[in-house]
Amino acid sequence: MRPFRYERADEIPAAVATLVREADAAYLAGGTNLVDLMRLEVTTPELLIDVRRLTSDRIEELPDGGLRIGAAVPNSDLAADLRVRRRYPVLSQALLSGASGQLRNLATTGGNLLQRTRCPYFQNVTTPCNKRVPGSGCSAVEGYQRDMAVLGASPACVATHPSDMAVALAALDAVVTVVGPAAERRIPLTGLHRLPEDTPERDTVLEHGELITAVELPPPHAAARSRYRKVRDRASYAFALVSVAAALEVTDGAVRDVAIALGGVAHKPWRATTAEAMLRGAPATRESFVDAAAAELAGARPLAGNAFKIPLARNTMVGTLLELLEEVR
Amino acid sequence: MSDVTARPRAIGMPMDRIDGVQKVTGTATYAYEWPLDQPVYLYPLQSTIAAGRVTGVDSALAEAEPGVLAVLSHLNAPTLTRPEDPELAVLQSDEVAWRGQFIGAVVAESLETARRAAGLVRVDYESRPPDVVLRADRGDLYSPVHAAVFGSGDGELQDGSPADSVLGDVDTALALSPAMVNATYATPMYHNNPMEPHTAVVTWLDGELIVRCSTQGATMSQALISGVLGLEPGRVRVISPHVGGGFGSKVYPHAYAVLAAMAARMVRRPVKFSLTRQQMFALVGYRPASIQRIRLGAGRDGRLTALSHEVIEQTARAKGYAEQVAVCSRTMYAAPHRRTTHRLAPLDLPVPTIMRAPGEAQGMFALESAMDEMAIACGIDPVEFRIRNEPQVHPESGLPFSSRHLTGCLREGARRAGWDRRDPAPRFRREGRWLVGTGVAASTYPSPRFPGNAATIRLAGDGHYTVRIAAADLGTGTWTALTQIAADALSVPVRQVEMRIGDTALPSASVAGFSAGINSWGTAIWEAADRLRARLRAEHGGIAPAEGLEVTAELPGGNPEAERYAMHSFGAQFAEVRVDEDTGEVRVARLLGMFDVGRVINPKTARSQLIGGMTQGISMALYEHSVLDPRFGHVVNQDFAQYHIASAADVHTVEAHWLDESDPYTNPMGAKGLGEVGITGTAAAIANAVYHATGVRIRELPITVDKLVS
Amino acid sequence: MDLEIELRVDGTEHHLTVDTRTTLLDALRERLGNTSPKKGCDHGQCGACTLLLDGRRILGCLALAVAHQGADIVTAAGLTDGELHPLQRSFIAHDAFQCGYCTPGQIVSAAGMLQEAGKGWPSAVSRDPGATDVVLDDEEIAERMSGNLCRCAAYANIVPAIAEVAHR
Repeated sequence: MRPFRYERADEIPAAVATLVREADAAYLAGGTNLVDLMRLEVTTPELLIDVRRLTSDRIEELPDGGLRIGAAVPNSDLAADLRVRRRYPVLSQALLSGASGQLRNLATTGGNLLQRTRCPYFQNVTTPCNKRVPGSGCSAVEGYQRDMAVLGASPACVATHPSDMAVALAALDAVVTVVGPAAERRIPLTGLHRLPEDTPERDTVLEHGELITAVELPPPHAAARSRYRKVRDRASYAFALVSVAAALEVTDGAVRDVAIALGGVAHKPWRATTAEAMLRGAPATRESFVDAAAAELAGARPLAGNAFKIPLARNTMVGTLLELLEEVR
Repeated sequence: MSDVTARPRAIGMPMDRIDGVQKVTGTATYAYEWPLDQPVYLYPLQSTIAAGRVTGVDSALAEAEPGVLAVLSHLNAPTLTRPEDPELAVLQSDEVAWRGQFIGAVVAESLETARRAAGLVRVDYESRPPDVVLRADRGDLYSPVHAAVFGSGDGELQDGSPADSVLGDVDTALALSPAMVNATYATPMYHNNPMEPHTAVVTWLDGELIVRCSTQGATMSQALISGVLGLEPGRVRVISPHVGGGFGSKVYPHAYAVLAAMAARMVRRPVKFSLTRQQMFALVGYRPASIQRIRLGAGRDGRLTALSHEVIEQTARAKGYAEQVAVCSRTMYAAPHRRTTHRLAPLDLPVPTIMRAPGEAQGMFALESAMDEMAIACGIDPVEFRIRNEPQVHPESGLPFSSRHLTGCLREGARRAGWDRRDPAPRFRREGRWLVGTGVAASTYPSPRFPGNAATIRLAGDGHYTVRIAAADLGTGTWTALTQIAADALSVPVRQVEMRIGDTALPSASVAGFSAGINSWGTAIWEAADRLRARLRAEHGGIAPAEGLEVTAELPGGNPEAERYAMHSFGAQFAEVRVDEDTGEVRVARLLGMFDVGRVINPKTARSQLIGGMTQGISMALYEHSVLDPRFGHVVNQDFAQYHIASAADVHTVEAHWLDESDPYTNPMGAKGLGEVGITGTAAAIANAVYHATGVRIRELPITVDKLVS
Repeated sequence: MDLEIELRVDGTEHHLTVDTRTTLLDALRERLGNTSPKKGCDHGQCGACTLLLDGRRILGCLALAVAHQGADIVTAAGLTDGELHPLQRSFIAHDAFQCGYCTPGQIVSAAGMLQEAGKGWPSAVSRDPGATDVVLDDEEIAERMSGNLCRCAAYANIVPAIAEVAHR
């Protein structure tokens, strides 16, 4: 680890100002990913600003029936919140299927969103990686491809985003509130993370110094029937090969509304808008689900070592929707 | 003293572990945790090329870091006395033989500083493209010549066996067989990954080197470390009372202890060195990958006519390590025509090492999968098929078995597993989205006794006994089981016996490995107890003299009965698996093992070892594989988030049972080894169950979703 | 950069100066001589360093000591209160360990897990996410303990050892 200074800010504007002033500074929240990346020297900040006590650690009702989740709410508290469990079960399930009890107790809502890929080449400073060292090349694209992306990747980067929570939030139309040197801004969760294109070093659209303060959930609609399904290489405590967050509302045998997001397949939580558009108004049947999943994955460009993710994503999507259909009936 | 006929009474009792309280409170002191006066910390430099040489080391930036005491490289490292072992000859030349090899080290006042400074050392290389891909069609495969006991014993394979064996005419017999299986199986590179990283804490004290290290064999470590450093063995003391797992990777001391000793000599301070988890993937060995072709021929009566098991395995170009992968096929089943071969692929890789059931773990996956395929081809139940092919004597040596109750294991295991309710048709049972199947496989592992053991027993005037032997307890329960053995051998209650182990200041002991520990150490203790009892009777009328009485038994040889009997443990494992039809996810709902391990010293710790082996077998079957990147030559998935071992959620019902038997020839206790047998055959039982559930035969481990999703 | 911090560890107050880079785990093991929490991966991937931090189970290897000024920390050595904690007795009785290296972390994690379950927190295998009572069957315990790896693979004893305490 590079030696660094540690400071605790008393208020948000001061923290933002410090970060803006120091190019080599970073925010520290739970630290479960940042401390690890610092030890590996994947990232080498010269100054850490501890923001864990700076943003809210409360979950509050919004006037429209939604929820506002403070950025410092630990993952375990968010997963255990009864309002979340009953109104947005997909979010609770996604959180609980990520990491371990110990990690969820330390990790925060804001930090979870900003965790970085677990691509083994990104985490190994002795191998080239465009995300870690822009222009050095992508080791994964012709290397070990099992955990890599099949949707939206670029020749510069085939990494996947590791968060489960973010996949559920993408399906729930969550909005992230951000404070920066300029005014506060609101970013739809689906627009927070980027596709790699030729600048994979940038995971999100956040500017240096911007701080996530909260995540807002709109009032639940179809979310009352929602669930998260995660497929991985062991039963627990592993990142997703493929995951599906889905919400379904059915009226008279037809899909009235649907939201689907995929994890483990792209550089960002992948909102399955093509499948959703096909399903709205369609008969709520296995055939519709299969067709919609196939359409969503038609644009997938797998590598030799992860082609299995196509049938896996298709089957997991169809299976999850069928389970929701059972629940709706 | 009580009569010999009172034996046994401690043996067979489910005693709690002697070190239990220390372990549950975290106060058991592992090597790295020894309190030291003003220690310094070592962080190693590892090569970032896989083949070539170091052309320059610039340590100026590192040396300028406050708190850095020394930067070691081949340019300034002390010359070693016996550098012939390329694995131990650390920093003796500019050659790089694998990626991640030690090429230097930084020693500093704090761990944080040492690690940071190591990243500041600039190293230049001259490299050539690495060659790390194991293929059956490589032109440079060779027959192993001198791999026994890490190259220091006689014999072509690691266990001292010959590389090849031939009986009869396999090819002709296969051509004439009505039923044939001809299949190729593959097992990947696996890493032992004990929870406690490999550690050496080294202190020079009055010309004596004290090495606190995590080792499965203090005596062997003492011999190797002293030899490399050019010291009399008596000037090196190795202390290792608690060992946080090893599974083979802590038998051989590898290079880390030598590196730490070098550094301690240079800086004249106690040096602490613990590998990181990532470093363990390049520096402490691994189970070599294998490609195994098995051909079986059988007659219409379901009896094998021919058995051929041809093995190709990874080894290091730097040092030829050869594992006994096909040796299990020499032991398991009768067949008049038979052949086994082993060939090595020399690669730019770290040196492999033993990992739980070295050879048998991979070999029994292939053999027991092939036996399942042949049972199906013959239309015979796989339990019955195995029983039908039981040999009367060892099929190759012709020696009788000291004890062999495989048939009993198969029958009793089948009864307990409810095997008679099984429909043999694949893809028959379904529960919701889960396809359910069951499979069986046999298990075996030799039960050797090692030479080089001695035990001292001292009887104090107050009637208490102290037993001393440099044995190792790496979670095996050695401490407890040896206490029980000593108590029975002395015919006293266990509370009168204090056991001291894990220190070369104690009488020498062979390594904890090859399921030989209790057999080897227990026999030495038994012999010492017999001698002490005899002297006590003859010289002191059976009454403890006030000045005490001490007896040492040295057993330089192994088991003389091994020339007359083949000695092996056996078992049968029954797996029930569930396979998600949508995703191909596999869950092992139940694993039941029935074992033939002779007399069990401590049912509590023995059961733990057996279920531990079986659960590692689940992990081997479904999760573990070290992935090499052929461009860089390193293991890509070098941590626990990417190299998956079974977690609690992967383990459902795992049961281990054993037959109430005693082996008359293995040792005075009647015990056979049980450290390894539990992991042998497990992967095959699971693969056979996956076939039964899905109709898909997986011949390449691990059985991951990509092989089953459609 | 060095900073002064205070930590309460197993009931004892400590004042110490630490490098900002020092983790809670290294502060305990290298500075305070408390080696009950173990270093198995230093990477957040094994659970051997599990501590109770202000009553919650966390990983000491991923927590910077300077970020936890004034924290109250409990290790397996501090769970004993003159006599062994019921989980510790149960682990011995069930032989829920072999090498013992993951064991202090398993036990601290189990203690934290039982408190979480007592608060009604669900897990990934809970069938009714809205339920306020948790029934700790073997599947629930195994899932909630999956962050503590045991290479000796004593899981088939660890889960019953915890269940016995949970069901009291």
